[in-house]
Amino acid sequence: MKLQKATAFALYAVLELAAEPGRQRTAVEIADKYGISAHHLAKVLRDLGRAGLVDAVRGVGGGYRFAGNAKRLTLMDVIRLFEETSAEADEPVPPGEDQDIAAGLRFVLAELDAQIGATLRSISLSTMLKLVARRPWESVAEIKPARRAQAARRAR
Amino acid sequence: MARRSTTPTPQESDEDLIIRSATLADVAGVIALDEEVTGLLKPQYWRELFEHFGARRRDQRFFLVAGDPGRIDGFIIGEVRAWEFGSPPSGWVFAVQVRPRLRVRGLGSRLFAAVRARFRAAGVERVRTMVARDNAVIHAFFRSQGMMAGPFIELEMRLD
Repeated sequence: MKLQKATAFALYAVLELAAEPGRQRTAVEIADKYGISAHHLAKVLRDLGRAGLVDAVRGVGGGYRFAGNAKRLTLMDVIRLFEETSAEADEPVPPGEDQDIAAGLRFVLAELDAQIGATLRSISLSTMLKLVARRPWESVAEIKPARRAQAARRAR
Repeated sequence: MARRSTTPTPQESDEDLIIRSATLADVAGVIALDEEVTGLLKPQYWRELFEHFGARRRDQRFFLVAGDPGRIDGFIIGEVRAWEFGSPPSGWVFAVQVRPRLRVRGLGSRLFAAVRARFRAAGVERVRTMVARDNAVIHAFFRSQGMMAGPFIELEMRLD
């Protein structure tokens, strides 16, 4: 699954702010950390503010503060603010979509969508922050070279 | 005796609720808690489950409860399974329940930690479970404990 730029920025911002709920951060601070456009992030933060996930703090030293419940808000709650997460009933049907093969492919892809949706709905911001602190991708990265070496030995 | 919390407040901790292996005297409390949560009374099912997981091979099968025999506030059941579909021995959790008004206060985490400790003592390195895709509460619970998708995919079909 690939997220739209705005969705990824929203997740970066909301997780950065949720990690330190009392602290306010500016769009520029967060954008600099991730090397992304502050202008684009500011727009995303305004959307998050309208959705009630962050509070804008005005004035000198202003910025944004997390305003949600990190144990209740899920990744899907953030993603669905920026992306279409289910098939729209009023979308025009593209040519060929009424054929059995196309219907079969949609059926298989719907299986993946269901899996993705369940995963994103099951991970709260709090769980995500704990996952980031554990850095599980590092242990996976350690396993992969070992497996590659093992496979290379077998191939010899 | 395990402490029983009769009038909990949101601030109250359940940390002193003792987690222990279930006895036959606890089964009625488990049945009552399950009925409160699911709305279904299944006495035969739970008695048979206790026979299987609470009374035999207790070094590999774990039926843990929190609370007094007359009032069980939570339970978790798991066992060590080996070589199904080539999987080395691992711990399987297939039931966990916490009284709804005591949730989000750490009792489920303590039950899960307790069964993990039993699994480790039994010599296994991984714990697994399976959740209904539409059960966001239990799915989120296991995710919050650090569980991720495993190497197996569950498949099924209708028997015509």
